Amino acid sequence: MSKRVGRPAARRWRDFGLAVAMLAPSGVILGMFVIYPLVKAIFLGRQRCGVTSCRTTSWHQYVDAFRSNEFQDALIVTIKYALITVPIGLALGVGLAVLADKYIKGVGIFRTIFSSTVATSVAVASVMWFFLLNPNVGVIADWLGGTAKTPGFLQDPGTALWAVSASSIWANLGFTFIVVTAGLQSVPKDLYESAYVDGANGFTRFTNVTLPMISPVLLFVTVVLTARAFEGFGEIDLLTEGGPKAKTTTLTYLAYGRGLPTSGDDGLRATVTVLLFFVLLVLALIQFRGLEKRVHYGN
Amino acid sequence: MATSSSGLPAIDQIRGGRKFGRYVFLTVTAAIVLFPIYVMIVGALKPGSKVLDQPLLPNHLTFGTLSDAWHDGKLGRALVNSAIVSIIVTLAQLITSVLAAYAFVFLRFPGRTIVFALFLATLLVPLEATLTVNRRTMQSFGWINSYQGLAVPFLATAFGIFMIRQVFLTIPKEMREAASMDGLGHIGFLREVAVPLSRPTIGALALFAFLTSWNQYLWPVLITTDEDYNTVQTGLKALKSAGIGQPNLVIAGTVIVALPIFVMLISFQRQLVRGLTAGAVKG
Repeated sequence: MSKRVGRPAARRWRDFGLAVAMLAPSGVILGMFVIYPLVKAIFLGRQRCGVTSCRTTSWHQYVDAFRSNEFQDALIVTIKYALITVPIGLALGVGLAVLADKYIKGVGIFRTIFSSTVATSVAVASVMWFFLLNPNVGVIADWLGGTAKTPGFLQDPGTALWAVSASSIWANLGFTFIVVTAGLQSVPKDLYESAYVDGANGFTRFTNVTLPMISPVLLFVTVVLTARAFEGFGEIDLLTEGGPKAKTTTLTYLAYGRGLPTSGDDGLRATVTVLLFFVLLVLALIQFRGLEKRVHYGN
Repeated sequence: MATSSSGLPAIDQIRGGRKFGRYVFLTVTAAIVLFPIYVMIVGALKPGSKVLDQPLLPNHLTFGTLSDAWHDGKLGRALVNSAIVSIIVTLAQLITSVLAAYAFVFLRFPGRTIVFALFLATLLVPLEATLTVNRRTMQSFGWINSYQGLAVPFLATAFGIFMIRQVFLTIPKEMREAASMDGLGHIGFLREVAVPLSRPTIGALALFAFLTSWNQYLWPVLITTDEDYNTVQTGLKALKSAGIGQPNLVIAGTVIVALPIFVMLISFQRQLVRGLTAGAVKG
């Protein structure tokens, strides 16, 4: 740093004023809208609220909420939703990125097409799929189930979560494809060359060279897709409103959806979202602990 | 996406049959991925009475449906709202991120590590866990149904600070020392050296911040009740619930809402890739 002479203590504090000024804008926003609301929500979560006022019950509200059928069902729905969308989304994204990575004519067109869904917001993708799957107007429903299949894929309790998943996998494909493609391009080509010289076939090169080299990218995509599944709200709100029979009521929808015990009760909302926070925290720890060991970061 | 040409013909150029199979597979998958988009565009270009009539064929083409959706859904207003909020959020995030990242990388002050850890820890807090209290805060400010309400909670993010910090860390410390000896203060160094050197990353953050803000769904639903403050996402929600008997209007609305972002992403592909992959590199 600067060569100006000063007592060590004075030097430590010299930049302090400037640092405070530079950190203050971010600090105020993050403090007011991330840290404070989290802390406040933890306390709000032991209250029940009406429109104008809240009354404190007890910390036991967290235990009761966690044990309630609604929460347990939503937790299971959310886990199912993640177990459907994350592996399929990841496999599709990786598969297509690998296939479209080789030099073949027209690869640019394929890449543009597979990347394109990144441009659709949750609302756009969900409204699109709502019409595709709608039994009265939907094209897909028309093909798969004859005219006016009743109930439609989104209304049938057996297929609703799969239908929502299809929309979500489609919407996330662009993101996964772009990130994995970027990862593939950073794999040194001479690694493939030596594997080839050693007689490795295409599949062995994929499992022994490609997968380990892009493992940080795979970890990243897995974490993001899992978080999106657990925090999914828009697709549920626009496609099924949590129904039928709560078969698509995920944790986030349980907190913010309509016609639920949490609706209009900020206390109970806070209880559910704080529990969601802890579920996600545990999940993040598991993902990083379990996967970090297998992830190859190079040097 | 740019075509990458690799220098490995022996492996990369595959022979006849396999190559044909790959083409078939890619083409079929591409058709499946494009199918929903195609159906929407065709639907949006048909008059209301004909949207169910052979939904896959572009017959009876008209722009009337698009224009009806534009008016009925008040999508012009929604687009302006989304643009205002997203531009404010993007500019503010760039400023707050660059300033904070600079302090963390180039300034020495007591407690730097702890403050940085605290900032970074906010990445672990899911948005959903904060929104209930944030809505109450906004209510006490009287900011329900306002641009402030939509934008202010997102004027700074740990992600942005972290992303800019990573690129500032690659600037050699010697450059700062040399600049300092030339009498260039921190603000001067920030403006004349650090920011220009980090332009690609700053561009990527800008696109990422804009896209994230534009695509927000839950927060606008919670914070607005007046349709004058609909963003494109909540406008689409409103159009969908109002137009359940007129699928073609809603379909046309979807196309209108999706179009600007499509155009934008095609123009800024490189920034997009950089922004999306920023989290994948080791910090």
